[in-house]
Amino acid sequence: MIVFEAIRRWFDPHELREIGETPDYRFSLANERTFLAWLRTGLALVGGGLAVAQFLPPLPVRHLREVLAIALLLLGGAVAIRAVDHWARAERAIRLGRELPASRFPALLALLVGLGAVLLVVAVLVQAVRQS
Amino acid sequence: MTGRAADREGPVRDPGLARERTRLAWRRTVLAVSVVAVLATRLALTRGTAGTVLAALTGLGWLAVLVATFPRYAGSAPRSGPGASGAHRLALPLAALVSAGFAVLGVLLVLAPMR
Repeated sequence: MIVFEAIRRWFDPHELREIGETPDYRFSLANERTFLAWLRTGLALVGGGLAVAQFLPPLPVRHLREVLAIALLLLGGAVAIRAVDHWARAERAIRLGRELPASRFPALLALLVGLGAVLLVVAVLVQAVRQS
Repeated sequence: MTGRAADREGPVRDPGLARERTRLAWRRTVLAVSVVAVLATRLALTRGTAGTVLAALTGLGWLAVLVATFPRYAGSAPRSGPGASGAHRLALPLAALVSAGFAVLGVLLVLAPMR
C-alpha cells in the first residue's frame, strides 16, 4: 500500500538519518521551518472551522454553518498531513542530492480557499437582495 | 575588496541563527496548537458525555505535542555541527497527526447533536 509506505517513511529514522549524505544542518532546519509554516496554516484552518462551529450564529441557508465548519476542518487536516509528507519527501531529496519534490498542492489550496470565499460573497449578496 | 563577509570567509559563519529561527517557529506552532486545543475543548464541552470524552482526548493530544516537542521549543543552548538537528524527529509527524486529529474531532463534534 502506497499510503502505509508513505506513513512509514515519516517515522523511519533510517530513511531520514542514514540515506544519502548528511546535508548542511541549516538545510534540514529550513525544511523543518517550512513544515512548521504549513502546519500553522493547517492549524489556522482547523481553528477557523472550530470557531465557525461555535461562534457563528446559524446562517439563513440551512446547514451552511455546519458545511462551512466541516469544509474548513477537512481542509486543515489535509494541509497538516500533506505538510509532514512533503517534509519527509523533501528531506529525502536533500539527502540524495535530488531536486525537491514538485507539488500542485499550494495552487490547489489557494484555488479552494478563493472559491470558498467567492461562494460566501455570493451567499451574502443573495441574502442582502432578498431582504431588501 | 567590497565582497560581503559571507563571500570572503568561505564557510558561512552561523552563530546559531538557523537554530534560533527554528526554535521560534516551534514556539509559534505550539502556541497555535494550544489555541486550537482550547477551541476544540470548548466545543466538546457543549456536547454531553461523549463530548467530555472527546475533550479529554483533546487534552491528551495537546499534552503529547507539548512533551514530544519540548526539546525543540525550549531554550537549550544552540548546538552546531552536522547531525545536531536529527534528534527528536518524531516530534514532527506527531505534531502533524495531532493537528489532523483535532480536525477529525471537530468534524465529529459538528455532526454530534447539541445538548
